[in-house]
Amino acid sequence: MTTRVGVVTFPGSLDDRDAQRAVKLAGGEPVALWHGDKDLHQVDAVILPGGFSYGDYLRCGAIARFSPVMETIIDQARAGLPVLGICNGFQVLCESHLLPGALTRNDHLHFICRDQRLRVENAATAWTADYTAGQEITVPLKNGEGGYVADERTLDELEAEGRVVFRYLGGNPNGSRRDIAGITNEAGNVVGLMPHPEHAVEALTGPTIDGLGFFTSALRKLVA
Amino acid sequence: MSLDTVKHAADTPEAPQPWAELGLKRDEYDRVREILGRRPTGAELAMYSVMWSEHCSYKSSKVHLRQFGDKAPHSDALLVGIGEQAGVVDVGRGIAVTFKIESHNHPSYVEPYQGAATGIGGIVRDIIAMGARPVAVMDPLRFGAADHPDTRRVLPGVVAGIGGYGNCLGLPNIGGEVVFDPCYQGNPLVNALCVGVMKHEDIHLAKAAGAGNKVILYGARTGGDGIGGASILASESFDSTKPSKRPAVQVGDPFQEKLLIECTLEVFAEGLVTGIQDLGAAGLSCATSELASNGSGGMRVELDTVPLRDSSLSPEEILMSESQERMCAVVEPANVDRFLEICAKWDVIATVIGEVTDGDRLEIFWHGEQIVDVPPRTVAHEGPVYDRPQARPAWLDALRADDPAALPRPADDAELRAQVLALVSSPNQASKAWITAQYDRYVLGNTVLAQPEDSGMIRVDEESGLGVAIATDGNGRYAKLDPYAGAQLALAEAYRNVAATGATPLAVTDCLNFGSPEDPSVMWQFAEATRGLADACLTLGTPVTGGNVSLYNQTGEAAIHPTPVVGVLGVIDDVARRTPMAFREAGQLLYLLGDTADEFGGSAWSQVVHGHLGGLPPKVDLERERLLGEILVSASRDGMIDAAHDLSDGGLVQAVAESCLKGGQGARLVVPDGLDAFTFLFSESTGRAVVAVPRGEEVRFTDMCAARGLPAARVGVIDGDAIEVQGAFTLPLDELREAHERTLPALFA
Repeated sequence: MTTRVGVVTFPGSLDDRDAQRAVKLAGGEPVALWHGDKDLHQVDAVILPGGFSYGDYLRCGAIARFSPVMETIIDQARAGLPVLGICNGFQVLCESHLLPGALTRNDHLHFICRDQRLRVENAATAWTADYTAGQEITVPLKNGEGGYVADERTLDELEAEGRVVFRYLGGNPNGSRRDIAGITNEAGNVVGLMPHPEHAVEALTGPTIDGLGFFTSALRKLVA
Repeated sequence: MSLDTVKHAADTPEAPQPWAELGLKRDEYDRVREILGRRPTGAELAMYSVMWSEHCSYKSSKVHLRQFGDKAPHSDALLVGIGEQAGVVDVGRGIAVTFKIESHNHPSYVEPYQGAATGIGGIVRDIIAMGARPVAVMDPLRFGAADHPDTRRVLPGVVAGIGGYGNCLGLPNIGGEVVFDPCYQGNPLVNALCVGVMKHEDIHLAKAAGAGNKVILYGARTGGDGIGGASILASESFDSTKPSKRPAVQVGDPFQEKLLIECTLEVFAEGLVTGIQDLGAAGLSCATSELASNGSGGMRVELDTVPLRDSSLSPEEILMSESQERMCAVVEPANVDRFLEICAKWDVIATVIGEVTDGDRLEIFWHGEQIVDVPPRTVAHEGPVYDRPQARPAWLDALRADDPAALPRPADDAELRAQVLALVSSPNQASKAWITAQYDRYVLGNTVLAQPEDSGMIRVDEESGLGVAIATDGNGRYAKLDPYAGAQLALAEAYRNVAATGATPLAVTDCLNFGSPEDPSVMWQFAEATRGLADACLTLGTPVTGGNVSLYNQTGEAAIHPTPVVGVLGVIDDVARRTPMAFREAGQLLYLLGDTADEFGGSAWSQVVHGHLGGLPPKVDLERERLLGEILVSASRDGMIDAAHDLSDGGLVQAVAESCLKGGQGARLVVPDGLDAFTFLFSESTGRAVVAVPRGEEVRFTDMCAARGLPAARVGVIDGDAIEVQGAFTLPLDELREAHERTLPALFA
């Protein structure tokens, strides 16, 4: 039986179809989830895609966090459901307090779209098991509010517990503290990052296929 | 003051009306009175004035635009031609593509961010209204001098507006142009192109047919933004107690537009729509009159049902408001409930505001009283048409006589090298990455090529790899020297750019940016350019499917260079066969295709090195362009070339520099026999491209060129980490990259 990976569509989600394509290319079955529906339709993992949910009104991710689907996702994530938040999805995870910290406006105040080198710092999460620690990958980055911030104590904790999953290489693109591009929760089932692995799954349309490992990691873990 | 009803208008024939303030001429106002057999009501005057404006009626350009239909080449691919909201082209496999370019020049000067943002919004709604899912945008931009203080105000705002709206809409921005020239100071050109994809059976046209069908307004509430003439109407004549004029530039909300896209595609998919139109310029005036005019003619609208952001708006203002993110659909009564349900799912406000009638009048009511009673065709399609006087500009002969042959050329190799660096670092030739990095090029996951490639390329069918390529080009300097040739050169360049990526050019959209049509020399330029473009489209077999005219790009006596911007759409069977621009493999051979002559009129070299504009633009040879295109497409399909880059402004050295920097490889160049190094590097002769040929393909490729009569000269090899022009100079890639990439950040970051 194929593994079912839910991809949530909020009003204003943009990279939802891309996340579905990535799941499919990795061998899974993408399942479209609707923000207004609490039912997760028995999916084995969930992706919160990039975009501008609810127009980024108030704060990025601030309204999405209160949508019906998120109630269920928050509960199940605490029970171990693998959840990946990409870009706006990462912002939603922070607003939901499934991950610590927050994302702020890029320090240079511009939206930036570029091919971003990253170092995989933690290859033990649900979404990074197919990488090796220290591996360097390149995936697209595109956001206006990607500066990761948290208080010093939280940052120290994240570092100490190995919960920094990705770090920017070749220049910090947005002023993120300690070059942090992505983090995980204590259990390692919830991962959020600003760069877009779902846009690096085909040689034809992406800079690399380095992003495919996210999706194969989750599928492998779920089969095992 | 009381409501100006139809009855009141009939009873008060001599009441003064602000027709002049609304931009109507005396004879136009008289014609409205003649059509109606009475004076118009305030609401009717509002509708006629805005619909008969240059922007909406094309009254000065219509007589010239007819050529695009009259001279259109036959094309089996054309499913919907000129005249609809956007043209539709068959690309095979039951898939159709629609694309169109529009201008948002004046608003972008007044309020750069919102002007540019709503320019994207408007063109995207045109594409949705055809029944297509928008899949990409492009932005040809022109600004004043790069170092002028006002360019620092306008450019960052425009770029942020395009990014802010397009990124939030989830549409990849795959290309365009950025050009600086003092002639655009005070009149920046902000053009926007959108391309959409649909199945053949999903094509929708704007018409209201079938008495009893409901007219549904959906999307954003109507506010006071974007009211140009109406504020004059409301504040200076009808009710002087109102607040001051409202902002004439619209304010965009891309989130609302994103919902509108998804909602519209869903009502299309369920077959709930009989006719549809977006609300752009002239808002409800335009949508109701055009829908009715394209249908059987009758429509009744209850204007007081329109959801408002500001309850104090007058009926005239509601009719003229250009509030963004609104659409108007005609829906059969049985489908209304389902239509409203889908809108509710997407949190889109939808209201039945009227219905199609079996009469032939557009009737609009305000709280039960009739304020409009007009034949809709007279508003939408039978406006005034002018064949304005033309005069060949008096200055033209002197300009053409100022031949660039007289300009000093580099005296030695060191000067030649310095001029190459000056060229690649000049604002027009420098890297545009600082701008394009602010646009999302990845979203939707089908972007195969994006800027700075010769054309943007989008996969439209994931199974077969079927794709489309689009390029936009224009060169105001060429067109200033010769508008007939300038328009043809714009088409030729866009055509070449599409072919260079391996796609077969199919169809054209254009955005004709000119000065004031009331100036006979501008009108002459316009007539020459349209004639040139129509003739060239006929020769190349690529019909114009639609586009836009922007006039009055003029401050005082100074008009912009005539700037026809041409977009060409091509099709490629399998995007995996695309030809990128980057030189990636050391050892591959560089071939220069086409003929190189001593042609420097309007060239980048003459501008950068001498600040000069004069002489004649490069010679147009459309048969050669067609042959070059065929060779480039064949070579791509059969895997004979690994990279290709068209030669245009800046000549060969600019193209080689870009391809080397993109691929991170150097090149050794040899000046071919019969040419001097200067002409070889900087000439802007047309019908040329540089290609990288793997050694194993050399014989097959050169045999093909020889057999079909295309000159192909081996001019070098990909090698090393510098551009070396043998016997002249060496330019390390690092130095080249620094020069090419530092310019725009230094000016605008």
